[in-house]
Amino acid sequence: MDIAHSGTPSSPLRRVGLGDGLFALALVCAAGFALSQYGAFMDIYDKAILAAVVPSLAAIGWAWKPFRGFLVAAAALALLSITLYGGDLARAEQAFFLKYLISSQTAIMWMSALFFIATGAYWIGLIARSDFAEKTGSALTWSAVTMGTTGLLVRWYESYLIGTDVGHIPISNLYEVFVLFSLITGLLYLYYEGHYATRRMGAFVLLVISAAVAFLLWYTFSREAQEIQPLIPALQSYWMKVHVPANFIGYGAFALAAMIGVADLLVRKGILASRLPPAEVLDDVMYKAIAIGFAFFTIATILGALWAAEAWGTYWQWDPKETWAFIVWLNYAAWLHIRLTKGLRGPMLAWWAVIGLVVTAFAFVGVNMFLSGLHSYGSL
Amino acid sequence: MRQRSTSRAFYELISSMRFAISLLTILGIASIIGTVLKQNEPYNNYLNQFGPYWFPFFEELGLYAVYNSAWFLLILAFLVLSTTACIVRQTQPMLKDMRSFREHAKEASLAAFQHHERLHTALPTDNAAQKIQAYLAANGFQSRSGTREDGVLLAAKQGSWTRVGYFLAHSAIVLICIGGLLDGNLPLKMQMALGGKTTTSGNQLISDIKPESRLGLDNWSFRGNVFIPEGKSSNVAILNVKDGILLQDLPFTVSLRKFHLEHYSTGMPKRFASDILITDKASGKSVEKTIEVNKPFEFDGIMMYQASFEDGGSRLHLLGHDLRSGGKGPFQTDATVGEAIKLKQDGLDYTLELGSFRPFNIENMANEEPAAETSKMATLEKHLGSGARSVSKKDLRNVGPSFEYKLRDSAGQAREYQNYMLPIEQDGAWYMLAGMRDTPAAPFRFMRIPMDQDGKPDSWFTIRGMLLDKSRHAEIANRFVTTALGPDAGETVRERLRETTRKTLELFALGGFESLGKFIESTVPAAERDKAADVFVKILEGSTWEAWKLARSATGQPPLELDQKLGRLLRDSLNATSDSLHYGAPLYFQLASFEEVRATVLQVTRSPGKPVVYFGSLLLVLGVFAMLYIRERRLFVLIKHNGDALVALSANRKSMDVEETFQRHRKAIAALLDPATAPPAQS
Repeated sequence: MDIAHSGTPSSPLRRVGLGDGLFALALVCAAGFALSQYGAFMDIYDKAILAAVVPSLAAIGWAWKPFRGFLVAAAALALLSITLYGGDLARAEQAFFLKYLISSQTAIMWMSALFFIATGAYWIGLIARSDFAEKTGSALTWSAVTMGTTGLLVRWYESYLIGTDVGHIPISNLYEVFVLFSLITGLLYLYYEGHYATRRMGAFVLLVISAAVAFLLWYTFSREAQEIQPLIPALQSYWMKVHVPANFIGYGAFALAAMIGVADLLVRKGILASRLPPAEVLDDVMYKAIAIGFAFFTIATILGALWAAEAWGTYWQWDPKETWAFIVWLNYAAWLHIRLTKGLRGPMLAWWAVIGLVVTAFAFVGVNMFLSGLHSYGSL
Repeated sequence: MRQRSTSRAFYELISSMRFAISLLTILGIASIIGTVLKQNEPYNNYLNQFGPYWFPFFEELGLYAVYNSAWFLLILAFLVLSTTACIVRQTQPMLKDMRSFREHAKEASLAAFQHHERLHTALPTDNAAQKIQAYLAANGFQSRSGTREDGVLLAAKQGSWTRVGYFLAHSAIVLICIGGLLDGNLPLKMQMALGGKTTTSGNQLISDIKPESRLGLDNWSFRGNVFIPEGKSSNVAILNVKDGILLQDLPFTVSLRKFHLEHYSTGMPKRFASDILITDKASGKSVEKTIEVNKPFEFDGIMMYQASFEDGGSRLHLLGHDLRSGGKGPFQTDATVGEAIKLKQDGLDYTLELGSFRPFNIENMANEEPAAETSKMATLEKHLGSGARSVSKKDLRNVGPSFEYKLRDSAGQAREYQNYMLPIEQDGAWYMLAGMRDTPAAPFRFMRIPMDQDGKPDSWFTIRGMLLDKSRHAEIANRFVTTALGPDAGETVRERLRETTRKTLELFALGGFESLGKFIESTVPAAERDKAADVFVKILEGSTWEAWKLARSATGQPPLELDQKLGRLLRDSLNATSDSLHYGAPLYFQLASFEEVRATVLQVTRSPGKPVVYFGSLLLVLGVFAMLYIRERRLFVLIKHNGDALVALSANRKSMDVEETFQRHRKAIAALLDPATAPPAQS
């Protein structure tokens, strides 16, 4: 995987330091703790997924050092929250820290606010060429993803407090995956920010996250979508734990690529050109994002097919969601062919990436809104 | 010769990138059609939607099953063809390229690389070459040296596997398409075309279905449904094809022991599971198994999935109330869900078609309180805290069983009814809800039958019987007048009120409040209508009370004291009586008891293409990752005897990190070649 920094010879493992060792150890301990504490709620597949998560997160942390701090902070906050709950849902109303900081809904509200402010900070940084504002934007984005991750982890715990038969990983409906989408897009952005050592793209990428957050808030306040719902039989499967996150790495990366595409187009037109990174860099980020998005979207679609085979009895039945996933996949397959085989560069690819977001957004939200099918787990 | 060039041109075309991209685009657009138009619906739905003119046209285009239509399969076939041609065309040069090191490259061509630089070496050629080779090996390059007159060229490469990725990903597409084709309905279409199989209509007994509509055990690809009521068994699956069905014989018999249906407290379904017993026909062996959603089971190469469930013929014991004036008391009748019974008695002539039965209904009984003006802060605070909390007030309650039926009169006209078994509380009083609608599209309108002080609907039937019985009107009017005016009123006044009361009762018995309303509209000036209506209602309420007292004393029941509760019961009785005159049938059915029988619907499939598709998917993932993340790099280091050197780097793809990589290697190599001038080695 292309997550290693270039600039140092030899394998990334050589750059593993003491911190990395401790990080990995902490992950192993965390998985062990989760197994001992919650093992009774897991089947063999859940346990295998948990085991596989350890090396995956370790690898990400080793290749991208700031990720370690983020994960430790989110985990610590979630554990604190769980301790404060002490198995009683009503504590959310009584404990100050729960009510105003780290109960799931409050944490997600914090995430929303932080993402909005971060967007503002990045824009001020971009317009005023202020390094400080950009650094603030960065810090706020890190805080936002930390709070959002805490929120989801705590929500996971809360769902079990409602009832052990209700409990499930919080990536099961439109509300929950919108939080996931914001988090993954935010994290992907932060990775590229570090990798390319520029904060100038934040203003654009945070726009799409803000849009998602705005939707999330509307969904919360006008549709009361935040309430934890139990799972219908079709969703009660360990497949959800792998299918959904893989899918949202895809969606998040495509959304990020589209926003970089917008920046790219502006730069090529000479707008904000002196402030934004050169088109060459934007082009590279766009490619990297679409590549990783495509790879994970491919995996996600295949995992979805495997799950469909178990739940619905057929791995592919041209359900609207499946068909639109296929269309998204075709779209980016064509994009990659054009770029990699034809070697095409320039505004056309940027335009294509932007239009790609429209197709992706339709597959993500539009299908639930306008089309009906088996895969409608969140309606508007 | 010309022919050859034409086929050559065709081959060039279909293996070209432009053709492939066009195909991807066309495929994408074609796929959209099937998501906009609901697929595989009953043909009647399409007929209703498009009308008789367009319906056959769209059918011809295959729009009702786009993904199985000939033209869609043709696009897919072209995709397979194009991809295959592309693989064939690329494989040989690619393999050649993978193997070759190009250790005989010309200096001029190396100097033409975008990433190249001329260096100097202070070492003897052999020594320098050794050092560089060691460096290349340490950095994961495979290298080969080409000795030439003026020195030596070290040609190195890494990441050639990315080419294999291409091969894997593209063969994966071909495999997935072929596998999908095997599992699609093409095999079925071929059997119908070549094996003379024809579909038949679904409305007949399985034993009546002819052999040409049955598929044998040798069918290697199918997808169908098995319907089994509890305690019954089945050995055939039903395949829905266009607007008909085909039967698929199964090599085993499936019996349903029990169907489990569990719900969360919100009424959301929680678990569907079938306890089944499978008996193999050939060996006689049997297996017990529970099939659940997400937990399928394979037997004899056939996968079984929990698809859905239905009523398997629940028995309902009904109490029929004859609503005609002077009708006899309630009668008992038994009915089975999914079946029809004739009701021919006392001049009634109806068919009762019992449609469905629900053993419970979860309803939100919370009263919608008018939203108080809340500040933004308060709204925000409501949404903080745990995700478990419900912001809107909810009071979920199981209101008990309900059933739906149709009553068809002798002329064939039918109305739909939905009744609840148990009384339901509304606004502080209890009612039996009886719903009716004229058309399936309309919502049910509910008649609320009030429960009396004993918690039974009996008083209402009594009161209703009295109010609608014309022969009792005079007596009721008499008693009402006596109660209302007292003993001292004059006979003229009495007579007038008696007459008005009789007329009111008569009108009410005709069509309830509606008739009264019409009467008021036609006889009373607009300004006085409200007042008049008030008077009529008072008369009706008073008469109802008298009617009830009369009925009670006739059957020897103790007299009642009129209080607020009874007053409400009287008004509710009047309302329900009025509604009952628009109930559309002279029969009301109360559910006395039931025996629920469920049926499971299992999907059974034999899909020979599945392993092929799965294998293809694996290749696709490996291929995509190899193509995108294995970076091919070729590094050339030319060392000349005269001390000149040249380093050049090429990559299969242009990207920003190529330059970075080049600079890194260039520096390292420059240092190796000329240790004296090199900056101190990095720690």
